[in-house]
Amino acid sequence: MPFLSHAHLKQVIVFLVTFFLTNAFASNSTEPNVELGISEYSKITPIKGATIPKPSRKSTTDHSQLEALKGPFSSGPEVTKACLECHNKAGHQFIKNKHWTWDYKHPKTGQHLGKSVLINNFCTNARGNEGMCAQCHAGYNMTDTTFDFSNENNIDCLVCHESTGTYYKTPTTKGNEACSIMFAGKPAIEWEKVAQSVTMPSRNNCGKCHFYGGGGDNVKHGDLSSVLFDPPKEVDVHMSRQGENFSCVTCHVGEAHEWSGSRYAMTVSDDIGVGKPGMPRETASCESCHSAKPHPLNTIMGIKLNSHTSKIACETCHIPEIARGGVATEVDWDWRTMGKLKNGEGFKLKEYTQGNGHHRATYKSIKGNFTYAENLKPMYAWFDGTMTYTTIDTKFDPNKGPININHFSGSADDPKSRIYPFKRMHTTQPYDKGNNTLVYMSLWGNDDAALWGNYDFAKAIAAGMKKNNIAYSGEWGFIETLSFWPVNHMVAPKEGAMTCSQCHSKKGRLSQLDDGSLYIPGTQKNQLLNIIGLLAIFGTLAGVLGHGALRIVATRMRKK
Amino acid sequence: MSTQTIKLMVFKRFERIWHWSQMALIFTLLFSGSAIYGVHHLVDFANAVTIHTWAALSLIIIWLFATFWLLTTGQWRHYMPTTKNLAQVARFYAFGIFKGEEHPYRKTYRRKHNPLQAITYLLVKTIIFPAIWLSGIPYLLISFGIGGFLNDWGLANIALIHTIAAIAISVFIIAHIYLLTTGHSFSAHVRPMITGYDDVQLTAEELAYLKADEPDLLKDH
Repeated sequence: MPFLSHAHLKQVIVFLVTFFLTNAFASNSTEPNVELGISEYSKITPIKGATIPKPSRKSTTDHSQLEALKGPFSSGPEVTKACLECHNKAGHQFIKNKHWTWDYKHPKTGQHLGKSVLINNFCTNARGNEGMCAQCHAGYNMTDTTFDFSNENNIDCLVCHESTGTYYKTPTTKGNEACSIMFAGKPAIEWEKVAQSVTMPSRNNCGKCHFYGGGGDNVKHGDLSSVLFDPPKEVDVHMSRQGENFSCVTCHVGEAHEWSGSRYAMTVSDDIGVGKPGMPRETASCESCHSAKPHPLNTIMGIKLNSHTSKIACETCHIPEIARGGVATEVDWDWRTMGKLKNGEGFKLKEYTQGNGHHRATYKSIKGNFTYAENLKPMYAWFDGTMTYTTIDTKFDPNKGPININHFSGSADDPKSRIYPFKRMHTTQPYDKGNNTLVYMSLWGNDDAALWGNYDFAKAIAAGMKKNNIAYSGEWGFIETLSFWPVNHMVAPKEGAMTCSQCHSKKGRLSQLDDGSLYIPGTQKNQLLNIIGLLAIFGTLAGVLGHGALRIVATRMRKK
Repeated sequence: MSTQTIKLMVFKRFERIWHWSQMALIFTLLFSGSAIYGVHHLVDFANAVTIHTWAALSLIIIWLFATFWLLTTGQWRHYMPTTKNLAQVARFYAFGIFKGEEHPYRKTYRRKHNPLQAITYLLVKTIIFPAIWLSGIPYLLISFGIGGFLNDWGLANIALIHTIAAIAISVFIIAHIYLLTTGHSFSAHVRPMITGYDDVQLTAEELAYLKADEPDLLKDH
């Protein structure tokens, strides 16, 4: 019998306990409230409720018949090489795409953005933590910032195009020992099978990453959750099988591996609307299908609603709440409590039960405390589509908190602005107290600095800053931050849209925008007018009643 | 000049239809308009807007006919302000009415409204109703998405004028209905607007003319 080291033994026990707890009770109401281990991303596949898309009728090729895809393959890049043999421009096209470059230069603000540099108020930074975060990079083997972005063979065609649902990605580097159990026990990928299954991307493909942004199901966006793999009609009229059964790329139209839809530079007012007949426009706006005057012209209400479209984004009325369908979104993240251990080991507390019965972690040793919300009313603000970010080199005044991780421009006077719904995220996270900047943390790594496993902010920040050659004062503290996520998905059927009185009433949803620059009927904001009206009407009533009473009294007196 | 009291057609059929349809529409507009403003929630905002818009469009059409009628028939003369007997009428409402005096005014062929009435109706027709239309029509244009050129006015200002005018109309209606209870009786005031006939002081010449040329206007011709 081979010798089993203490470390190994511990690892096996942790694995067994975690495996048992996460799997045996996964869909059971007796799901435990405390879960040992930090098995964060172990349930990426298989996707519950996900459906295998039918091969597109548009396609002229059955990939399962192709000689080039018969294999044998033993790795992703081998499959990619086979793909690029025929699709000889796809590689050149894709290496310019954000899903590959993680890099974006904002056309208006000139800011250098993209996942490779940005800091958010969820897990904070992908930079320096590629070993973990690159599970959602559409490429193979991105382990750090030295990744070769010109090597087309490392493009991951399968993550977007395979249709079996059996494909998965794992961290490209080993994390801390405490994390090493995360991805154990998965069946090996059958490369030939997944390669032959390629088709246009379905909700399953996009959703595997985009529904789990921020570190879990619907954590980040609020309007993008696993519910959208197979949503009921009332959650998403477009994506539901009872509705239009759209895939993501039905709206995010693109060509040459570049598709529409950006949260950095958004199309907020689409004056072009529907294009020429039969022409899918390369813009992910509602107007590109529904036009800028989408309501019926044969009713007063339709005409009236159409006159709203110059001020109000479609999403504002047609996505009345986010995080619908049973999966919650995070609204608050408190990093300050990170690092509590049970018997020297990380754990999770699952004290929030969401609509679909699953328990969500309210505490994770590696991340701190979370607050969730479901069926959440978005916040509303004027938005012109331009997002500006607090990046690693943005200095701020910590006394003027909370710091906006991103903020946006827009006003009532700007004809290009619309009242837009947002999910607002509040977080308390570390910052550089000496330089008054945000920080890069080292979260992932098999060393004594990575936060996940060592639970030490000081070390994690110092290592994260050093790794990326960012000046660090050596002093850190916590700061409150906000981020704003424009809401576009989970469009309800028209019966589920907001009613007029949800805004046109006292304390209606937009009442904070009724500030003189915008007039919203029904909010009764003009107190003076309310008083004048009451005085005039009740004054007249009192006057005539008084006059009448005097007449009656006078008549009686005369009769006497 | 000797006169005699004759039952004469003072409110022609068009005028009566005008009055009562206008009444119904104004009540509809006040009801739906106050729902839009948020005074009550007996009808939801969406239906209130629909009702208000249809009622307004209907009233616009009736008004176009009424204006044409007033101008072409010469009936507009009844609304011309006069100071003749004004003081007596005002004095009646302030004092005489309590002493049980008779209403001092008698309808004549040329004057079917008492001077206070005429001046009130004139104010309503020249200030309050124009205010409601000058604000309401731009509001309607903006609602229909063709009011871009009105942006400088500002919807808030338009709505403010509209609401103030609506309050003024409410005040007018309260006073108007109350005044129906003065004088003879409520029914005596309302009946002419239903049957068309009211007691009018006619001179012998007027009576002779009517008998000869417009006998239909006389109830007992």
